[in-house]
Amino acid sequence: MRRYIDYYLTSMKVSILSQIQYRVANYFYMIGMIAEPVIYLVVWSTIAQQQGGSVGGYTPGTFAAYYIVWTLVRNMNIVFTPFGWEWRIREGMLSMELMRPMHPIHSDIAYFAGWKFVVILLWLPLAAFLSWVFKPTFDVNLMEVVVFFLAIWGAYLIRTMLLSLLGMITFWTTRVSAIFELYFGLELILSGRLVPMTLMPQWVQDLSNYLPFKWTFYFPIEALVGSLTLQELWTGVGMQVLWIVIGASLLNLVWRAAIRQFSAVGG
Amino acid sequence: MPPVITISQLAKHYQVPEREGGMKAALTSLFNRKYKTIKAVDNITFNIEPGEVVGFLGPNGAGKTTTLKMLSGLLHPTSGEVRVLGYEPRHRSHDYLRQITLVMGNRNQLTWDLPALDSFDLQRAVYGIPADDFKRTRDDFIELLELGDLVKKPVRNLSLGERMKMEIVAALLHKPKILFLDEPTLGLDVTMQRRIRTFIAEYNRRYNATVLLTSHYMADVEALCKRVIVIHHGHILFDGDLSSLVNQFSSYKTLSLSLQNSNAPLEKYGEVVSREDGKVTLRIPKARTSEVTARLLSDFQVDDLTVEDTPVDDVIDQVFSQKEAT
Repeated sequence: MRRYIDYYLTSMKVSILSQIQYRVANYFYMIGMIAEPVIYLVVWSTIAQQQGGSVGGYTPGTFAAYYIVWTLVRNMNIVFTPFGWEWRIREGMLSMELMRPMHPIHSDIAYFAGWKFVVILLWLPLAAFLSWVFKPTFDVNLMEVVVFFLAIWGAYLIRTMLLSLLGMITFWTTRVSAIFELYFGLELILSGRLVPMTLMPQWVQDLSNYLPFKWTFYFPIEALVGSLTLQELWTGVGMQVLWIVIGASLLNLVWRAAIRQFSAVGG
Repeated sequence: MPPVITISQLAKHYQVPEREGGMKAALTSLFNRKYKTIKAVDNITFNIEPGEVVGFLGPNGAGKTTTLKMLSGLLHPTSGEVRVLGYEPRHRSHDYLRQITLVMGNRNQLTWDLPALDSFDLQRAVYGIPADDFKRTRDDFIELLELGDLVKKPVRNLSLGERMKMEIVAALLHKPKILFLDEPTLGLDVTMQRRIRTFIAEYNRRYNATVLLTSHYMADVEALCKRVIVIHHGHILFDGDLSSLVNQFSSYKTLSLSLQNSNAPLEKYGEVVSREDGKVTLRIPKARTSEVTARLLSDFQVDDLTVEDTPVDDVIDQVFSQKEAT
């Protein structure tokens, strides 16, 4: 266990040092990324104003809060992609990782976790700027802040598991772009990335309860900007833990088959 | 002492789809796909003793890398047995992986934007190397490879040779007992090749490590390996001392002469390989070496004469071409 803690800390340090090298590129990337939530925010604020000040309980102020927190959650959702798995196998990089006495998923989790610290640091001035422009309405208590902090890391882990599972398809076939796009489309609608889930039809909301997507996006945002009860907050964290366990178990299962396939045909 | 590497009747076969060119063949293959079996490695057997440095030679596609990948656990054999340090590599147990290393000349495990020192530290964490031990080994290797302050430069700013030296340090920090080196000097200049060779020899001497090395540079093999295994089309053609390989497969010697009369007719003495500025290289049957040398000395004004075995490169070429011919 001590070795893994040491590995995670060292890898996160290496990641932070690497990403600092690219601080300008990282910043432009993040600035580019705010275009999407700003469009959603402007559209929904306009609709809210036209409908007498709110839509589905969201005012322009709460929409602003939702989409500003969205920018951080979106960044926390960035993990090693399925396309990365394809590259890793095609370029033979996986072989080098398999030579280490450690599962490659640790290197992905640790490296991207390190990156998140740089992201959070870079996000703060962006959030300040967006808040100055859009005047969000925040009503936050300490428990919500604590759960939000846990939830963004829970979201990160769930998405790491899911996208790694998706990436492992590339062990069998490299023509997977269509599958990836289908997945990302579903995720866009069912996660709360496009609109807050409460604005979706009831059947979509019901469906999303049984899928992992909303626990990676909607729940962390709602934990901070919504008005969830204490029970709802901790139920959400519990659901995240459940999806992490399901994801890790599936990953373990698929990994064994994937590595058998890799060992049969090489990389 | 028992062998550290035991390979018995090891084989790796692949099924690859095969079809003719053209639309008709493409459509037919949708419904009736044909496969061809490629025997990358076909029933090879050998043992390697602790501390041996063995050259694993063969042309591209001979089965060298496939064998190294099976030995390091990256590929599962189709049949046969492999044991390394008592482990079955295909299980890739962490205890096993901690005792071996695989260096591939075209693979990169260093973090591109950071000084190599940071990548070394990551290797320390991966292998759980105690801090004192790590620092001692790292500094030792840095000195042996004359890396100096290069370890503080971002990897992206290093030359190919410098990067390769860093790769080797990173791959050996955990002091593995078995080294699988696949073209470790690929693309490097002569000086850099020599430095890496010297380092591998020193590592082998200090830690009694076992080394299985593939290289297309015969200078690597001659400098490091007493024993060579020659593989071709997945079969072992030769396994023994490098000197025996030369004796067994080379029936020629090379004579280099410096003559005062640079146009002297020499064809009747042997095959003229080159002739430039009074310097001539002749290839003569081994059995006639003494006789031809004596005749040349009596017939011409010879300033200098050397007799050498055929270069190992040429011997290996002959091995492969003889095999192709049969």
